[in-house]
Amino acid sequence: MSHYTPAEIMVAAAARQIKDGEVVFVGMRLPLLAFNLATATHAPRALGLFENGVLRDRPAAAPIITMGDAPNQTHALKVCGLEEVMSMLSRGLVDLGFIGGAQVDQWGHVNTHRVELGGGRFRRLPGSGGGADIACLAGRLLIVMKHERRRLVPQVDFITSPGWGPRPGWRQEQGLTQGGPAALITSLGVFTFPQGRATLSSLHPGVSLEQVAAETGWELAVSPALQPTPEPTAQELEIIRRFDPQGFWTR
Amino acid sequence: MDKTSRNKVMSLPEAVAELVRPGDKVAVGCGLEGFIPFAASHEIIRQGIGPLTLIAPISNICLDQIIAAGLAQGVIAAWVGNVSTGVGYAFRRAVEEGRPRPLTVFNHSNFSLTLALEAGSRGLPMAVSRTPLGSDIIRDSPHFQPFTCPHSGQRLLAVKALNPEVALIHVQLADAAGNGQGWGASGFTRQAALAARRVLLTCEELVDSEVIRADPDRTLVPGLLVDAVCPAPWGAHPSSVQGYYNLDNDFFVDYSRRSKDPEEAQAWLKEWILETPDRRAYLAKLDPARLARLEVSHPAPSSPVEYGW
Repeated sequence: MSHYTPAEIMVAAAARQIKDGEVVFVGMRLPLLAFNLATATHAPRALGLFENGVLRDRPAAAPIITMGDAPNQTHALKVCGLEEVMSMLSRGLVDLGFIGGAQVDQWGHVNTHRVELGGGRFRRLPGSGGGADIACLAGRLLIVMKHERRRLVPQVDFITSPGWGPRPGWRQEQGLTQGGPAALITSLGVFTFPQGRATLSSLHPGVSLEQVAAETGWELAVSPALQPTPEPTAQELEIIRRFDPQGFWTR
Repeated sequence: MDKTSRNKVMSLPEAVAELVRPGDKVAVGCGLEGFIPFAASHEIIRQGIGPLTLIAPISNICLDQIIAAGLAQGVIAAWVGNVSTGVGYAFRRAVEEGRPRPLTVFNHSNFSLTLALEAGSRGLPMAVSRTPLGSDIIRDSPHFQPFTCPHSGQRLLAVKALNPEVALIHVQLADAAGNGQGWGASGFTRQAALAARRVLLTCEELVDSEVIRADPDRTLVPGLLVDAVCPAPWGAHPSSVQGYYNLDNDFFVDYSRRSKDPEEAQAWLKEWILETPDRRAYLAKLDPARLARLEVSHPAPSSPVEYGW
């Protein structure tokens, strides 16, 4: 059996969410590795959009740290401005988008702005970037996050990127006519969102339900069809490590 | 200076002194991760021009450094941090503790900020958007107002237009009249250049006007919009410039490590900016072998196109 890190199984699980031929709004870090892995394996026709203004259907030929890195633009299909790729997102041309964050709640709201520490103190985080745009507009939202009780909270302190909301129809009331969270991929398992609420649908190998419940801030809902998350194959690990040779994100 | 002047070449210190004024809203980092105008932002810090309100999509440690220098009173941004490592510590201290001075933050998303500048670029008071409806970004913000579309009845957002006093823009090539050519993902460079009252252009190379005319499609910022053009080789280091140099990730990692501590952040500013007289001296501090490693090592020239008649 291969040895892999929690980040590597997250990347493999995220890659499996990308179907061949889909248009993907790619973020950096683990989502970028997931996109690269998907195009190198089961989804060779997936098309990646990067918010700085890059469209490409092949992984960059060298490892990259940011989407603006030179190799991410070499042999792209198009480079342009932000408004052009965001227009594609707004038109509904993007099948799925990835985001990460500091907090996520049971309705799939994501917080990348501000965490309350108690006693009036708070921690300021970098902010939305394109995260809110992706959450509002992508066909399916995939949230990728380390599984800790302080991160998976009943209700986020600040909604940066809107999820399903506390009641059916909440997104529509806001004016959001498309999208919504499809999956939350953590270091312990994968949640899906039937009826707009996070439900554990797969458990990573070696992880117990008790462990997930202990690290989840809301009352855990478990799918009747709960399955083990497939382990990354040797080939998948080889590809992930090729794109993150120093383990900058996956170690 | 006359916008149609054929010679807008100035030294960077001169251009910054003339075009950037206390109280200005300054657009920086308009190309997102690449083309960040570090040469110009460092010169602002060296001259101590502030307080400024910074407009940026993600703008990275460029913003964090201006904030650390105590020259920012406000930020209108989608993301403020360090693209390599995440946290911008000076930004965090300014917001959480008001050090070295309080900072008013108006949050945006990348798309809404682009649309705000686009509205400004058209001389309109607002843009229309669906994003970021449902986000707390719009809650109690003077920059966003939900409204009902008179045509469709849909709930949409009125995004307040932005017109920066100055945009700092870095490109690969420019002629003396300020016609700036850039290639590579451009973020909201076009919108910022059109919306700003003044544009300070830095370039890797100053070229003859005929070079620009041979390939007019590549002109990202026409000279008409530009007030000053300043040759600044490696002017976006440590960010990347397509065709010239790649991201210097170690520099971002080192800044992150040192800026975590407020005193070390000040020491960093002193070492790399305040006690470094100009961009030449900054580059001299970087090991030539390090710079050589960032240069293009896998050439991929684009094909020339026929532009005749």
